[in-house]
Amino acid sequence: MAQTENERPIVATAPAPADALVDLTAAAASDVADLPPEIMAQSLGQYMRAWLQRIRSGDSGVLPVLLGLILVAIAFEIITPENAYLRPSNLVYIFGLSTVYVVLATAEICVLLLGEIDLSIGSVALLGGTIAFKLVQVDPGPNWPWWAAILTALVCCGFIGSIQGTLVSRLRIPSFVVTLAGYLLFQGIVIVILGGADGTLTVSSHVPNQSVIYNLVQGIINPTAGWVALAVLVVIAGTAIWIRGASRRRSGLVAPPAALIAIRIAFMAAVGVAVVAICVANLPSGVPEVIPIVLVIVGVWTLLLQRTRFGRYVYAIGGNPEAARRAGVNLAWVRTGAFALCSATAGFGGILLGSFFYGQYSTNAADPGQLILYSVAAAVIGGTSLFGGRGKPIHGLLGGLLIGGIAYGVSLLSLGSLSTPLTYILPGGVLLIAVLVDVSSRRGARTGSVSRV
Amino acid sequence: MNHDPGGAAGGTSAPVEPLLKLRGIDKHFGAVQALYQVDLDLPAGQVTGLCGDNGAGKSVLTRCIAGVHQADHGQIFFEGQPVHIRHTRDAAGLGIETVYQDLALADNLDIVQNMFLGRERLRRGLLDEDSMERAAAETLSSLRVTTVRSIRQPVASLSGGQRQSVAVAKAVMWNSKVVLLDEPTAALGVVQTGMVLNLVRRLRDRGLAVMVISHNLNDVFQVADRIAILHLGRMVAEGPAAGFDRQSVIEYMTTGGPKMQAHAAAVGAASATTTGGA
Repeated sequence: MAQTENERPIVATAPAPADALVDLTAAAASDVADLPPEIMAQSLGQYMRAWLQRIRSGDSGVLPVLLGLILVAIAFEIITPENAYLRPSNLVYIFGLSTVYVVLATAEICVLLLGEIDLSIGSVALLGGTIAFKLVQVDPGPNWPWWAAILTALVCCGFIGSIQGTLVSRLRIPSFVVTLAGYLLFQGIVIVILGGADGTLTVSSHVPNQSVIYNLVQGIINPTAGWVALAVLVVIAGTAIWIRGASRRRSGLVAPPAALIAIRIAFMAAVGVAVVAICVANLPSGVPEVIPIVLVIVGVWTLLLQRTRFGRYVYAIGGNPEAARRAGVNLAWVRTGAFALCSATAGFGGILLGSFFYGQYSTNAADPGQLILYSVAAAVIGGTSLFGGRGKPIHGLLGGLLIGGIAYGVSLLSLGSLSTPLTYILPGGVLLIAVLVDVSSRRGARTGSVSRV
Repeated sequence: MNHDPGGAAGGTSAPVEPLLKLRGIDKHFGAVQALYQVDLDLPAGQVTGLCGDNGAGKSVLTRCIAGVHQADHGQIFFEGQPVHIRHTRDAAGLGIETVYQDLALADNLDIVQNMFLGRERLRRGLLDEDSMERAAAETLSSLRVTTVRSIRQPVASLSGGQRQSVAVAKAVMWNSKVVLLDEPTAALGVVQTGMVLNLVRRLRDRGLAVMVISHNLNDVFQVADRIAILHLGRMVAEGPAAGFDRQSVIEYMTTGGPKMQAHAAAVGAASATTTGGA
């Protein structure tokens, strides 16, 4: 490590050290407006001011999607017949509907971070779903245990993703083309597995082995267990965040102000209470199993992207592939791995989709083209950049909820003739706005030219 | 071919053996001979300024040391031992780090993440952010890079001089012994240039062998202890900076100096005109 002789370490950041060290270049002070708010803020007030400044300069984070969610909720509550949009039954249905968009968007984010795109995940999702459903069939069928069926489906999808990733990373074929071909190819294979254009695959809630898959989305956790799980989750997550902040502050590193951490934990708890309350108010009363499942998926992806070497390299490649290459990062491996993980996650999304359709898979269950467009839209609306290097799994969660909310709201308008065109017009318009926000914040961030390797 | 205006190599405290020593380096790309029999010494604790006009072979020579290219002939001695640098990994293993003109920083990552890119510290399989942050802060403070507001700010928000400083700090973080800087001040204003040149002096004071490749003779004369001048792939002059003045360096850069001119005259008038007009 660096040999420091007489200097005391500038203990990270903060306003501390400028006086202690001879600053030879005081004139070259940097402009404060560009800085993320967490860095300089010592108190809540400072944090809020820095945060507002940052939003004004174009880097708005998850704020637009949160505002979008509120706006969509209010708008549909007003225009739907009998103001039915915000009823618990509808909201719980939206959670289920959004599930697949959330999972697919989370998968897509990993590839978007690289500056690539995967257009095949809609088909890959259906492929994963049909494989898993096929393997648990009883009458004529392999009748595999549910866990083996799911695992096999994920491995198959991961393998497909790694092949596409290899084509992209080794042969440098644009990912757009490779995955567009994959989209058509896998859709064909899905029809073969279903047994023809009008074939169906069904899992029943009455067969014990199949019911596990059926219940992934349809199953509910009873209210008491739901409340207990929420309490445990909030306590564990809150304690972990609090301890981390405290330990960073103790060792002299910069950490968000304690008040801010408290507000975050309170916000998290409030959202959790609201969700559980809605689910409990619904009939049958209880929290859908899919909510914790989706949270786990988003959580694992967050851990992978934020706290592992692989994740760091994904961001680095998205930001500057040449820098990553010179740093000794194996670009081909990271790219291939990202595509493989993206496809495996998408495959799980497909299994959830089948469960959402009451355990029935058919060729017209879902349009893979719409799935992929909605998932990319969800990722971008959530705040992930199409240009690579910027985005988080939480963006997929928020964006997926917004897309699901719009899609279901439009379907509630079915009495009017506007419903069908609006199914396309609304998400399209929202996506366009999201891309405009992305481009403007990119300009604002003064990012240099991104060279490709 | 070498001309040594100042006599003995090395400055006031001349080391017996230069840290990095190149002897008779040849490099050609197809029919184009980029380097002819180049000798170069990079002593520890001194800044060597490498000068030369466009196409003189500065970049090729740098890349041969950094392991990007391999010399066709010639030998490289590191701490007196002959070494083979076949890959950038070999150079890094010896403690030779290069800061290229384009810096190779990822704009979306912060300073700590950039400094540790490719060499992240792990704890229980996960990134050990706190330890990396402390180490990055130590390195930056030991180099007196104090103008950055926070080492957690993304590199995109830094000024040109700060970016250069981060790139240099990244290079010296790994117990490196030789640092090659390619045009470190090319895109910088006056104040920022001063900041980077101070940083170069600090590297020298830490006992590193520093090579600065620059077009800008002002910068070279400000920081260099020794000057080496390439002309059309040949090392036409090498020695203590005190032995050169601006005029002589320009003459070496453009015409290759008296010996080269004599040589050119002997070879043929045609090549002499092209050389002189360059």
